[in-house]
Amino acid sequence: MTTAQEAQREAVKHPLDDLLRTERIPHIWCPGCGIGTAFSSCLMGMKESGIDLDNTVMVSGIGCSGRGAGYVKLDSYHTTHGRAIPFATGMKLANTDLNVVVFSGDGDLFAIGGNHFIHAARRNVDLTVVCVNNFNYGMTGGQVAATTPHLAKTTTTPLGNPDSPFNLPLLAYACGASYVARWTTLHARDLTSAIIEALANPGFSFVEVLAPCPINYGRRNKEKPLDTLRLFQEKSIIKNNAHPTELDVDWERGVVLGTFVNNPRPCSTDMYDKVCRLEEKPPKKSAA
Amino acid sequence: MTGDVACAEGALAAGCLFFGGYPITPATEVAERMSHRLPEIGGTYIQMEDEIAAMASIVGASCAGAKSMTSTSGPGFSLMMENLGLAVITETPCVVVNVQRAGPSTGLPTQGAQGDMMQARWGSHGDYEIIAMAPASAQEIFYQTIDAFNLAEKYRTPVLIMTDEVIGHMSERVVIPDAKEIKTIERVKAKGRKDRYRPYAAGALGVPPMANAGDGYKVHVTGLTHDEMGYPAMTVEAQAVMMERLMGKIQNNRDDIIRYEEFMTEDADYIIVTYGVSARTGRAAVEEARAQGIKVGMLRLITVWPFAEEKIRDLASKVKGMVTVEINLGQVHLEVERCVAGRVPVKLVGHPGGTLISPDTVIHTIKQEFGV
Repeated sequence: MTTAQEAQREAVKHPLDDLLRTERIPHIWCPGCGIGTAFSSCLMGMKESGIDLDNTVMVSGIGCSGRGAGYVKLDSYHTTHGRAIPFATGMKLANTDLNVVVFSGDGDLFAIGGNHFIHAARRNVDLTVVCVNNFNYGMTGGQVAATTPHLAKTTTTPLGNPDSPFNLPLLAYACGASYVARWTTLHARDLTSAIIEALANPGFSFVEVLAPCPINYGRRNKEKPLDTLRLFQEKSIIKNNAHPTELDVDWERGVVLGTFVNNPRPCSTDMYDKVCRLEEKPPKKSAA
Repeated sequence: MTGDVACAEGALAAGCLFFGGYPITPATEVAERMSHRLPEIGGTYIQMEDEIAAMASIVGASCAGAKSMTSTSGPGFSLMMENLGLAVITETPCVVVNVQRAGPSTGLPTQGAQGDMMQARWGSHGDYEIIAMAPASAQEIFYQTIDAFNLAEKYRTPVLIMTDEVIGHMSERVVIPDAKEIKTIERVKAKGRKDRYRPYAAGALGVPPMANAGDGYKVHVTGLTHDEMGYPAMTVEAQAVMMERLMGKIQNNRDDIIRYEEFMTEDADYIIVTYGVSARTGRAAVEEARAQGIKVGMLRLITVWPFAEEKIRDLASKVKGMVTVEINLGQVHLEVERCVAGRVPVKLVGHPGGTLISPDTVIHTIKQEFGV
């Protein structure tokens, strides 16, 4: 190879190539989809955080975001629908040296996997959970989700969603997550910083990433790809430490982004070692 | 000790270091024992939020390198089927104990049965092979649990211990040998150049050497149909190649995996085919029938899956009739019928569950059905 070719090759090399299974590219995500940006920020955060990447694993569930684990050049586990968190919990508890990142979607983590999320947060299992929230089930063609805004149209709510969506940061906060943040794919640098903070928190960290799904969600709700990003720009309000009850996704009123909880407390394995392992306890005082 | 406790002790003897539990009668005592013992030896017990999570957690723990187990009964076993399939397709060693109770649904929570035998074989979706064992005493469940871990590690597969409420709750004398007398098998680990490792390329016995998370091999593990690299491969050809090896690693090693015990079969005119707690009925029936001058023998299946087809066919060619004794309304019996293939009459001595089958019922059936 000539020097010129090498230089050209170097010029097109993506800064995250060393963290990607480049032979698996192109990825399956649609044009205009936000998952790639969320994924890229997540990898950038992992890289910049300085954690030992040889001891870092990514676990995903099922769905569009669930394909994340398939593209990262780390030990990566693409599990069953909704079960990324309990699978990751087993991994972390079996080998506490591992840094475990769960990268998955809103349907996977909060509908079918909702029970697992609330319990992992309650226990403060040392996981970093990144949820790409694109407001619908994209992989199956755009059905209503637990995050679909009220009255939004999907293939299974053709006249509009009769239900209300979850406020995910509020849920995470209420369940005991020790780090909670929300950004959009338009806020890639803030998102990367949030991932770095989440990885540094020795406990259950939750980062919600609002992302456009132009093909399945946008198309049915009169949102062109740029319209969604414009919404993210014009209707978002950055307010760190906002109270989690103010965090409903309501684009009319504006959607609050930022870091809402950063309150480290002992994680589940620390508490297990302290409470359940007898040798850690001081000897009992003699009755005499 | 009880069978449930002996099972937990067997797991510890086998090197189990992770248990993902969820309470359910009559399996709770397995989880309780593990919760007391694991932290003493550097292992971890966690009580998960449901049996779906319990099963997912043990698959994850095993991928991180720990020998792992869970225990349950019918309703929980149903919930575990999803991630049992994940363990099958990702070839993750683990052990699942089902202390069976009468079903369907909530059924008789405190009373034994053997009604989940076909669920053990076919409960998760798609085609697959599985190893399932059936202990007949507290002592045997101790050794069988060690054996289950060894088979799981050797063949990179989930192994099921299909016991029942009676064995689980009955107290019997259990001898626990010195650690040095216990043979344990560890998974074959990946070795060599990391850039040349193919995570799902067949090794010895058709089983791929395994890299755990953190070993530096940067594996990708998926529940999707995958190629030798572990990468999703959505083609008819990839499915065929993957399935052939997944099925083959069990089917081609049947002689190493299948375990059974014969009791007075050499000169028998009639054979009782049974397993688990019903083998105690079977043994008593053989002894009583012999006392009455009827030559009855017993084939006790120690591994129910894969099925001891060759042995059943062999016995069918030598006897006048066979009976299957099991506490369900005909599950393993269907397999016995299939293998006997009409060579001799085969009758079921079954029961809908909640109690053991009496040896008298077995003898009565043999007399009545075979005109002895």
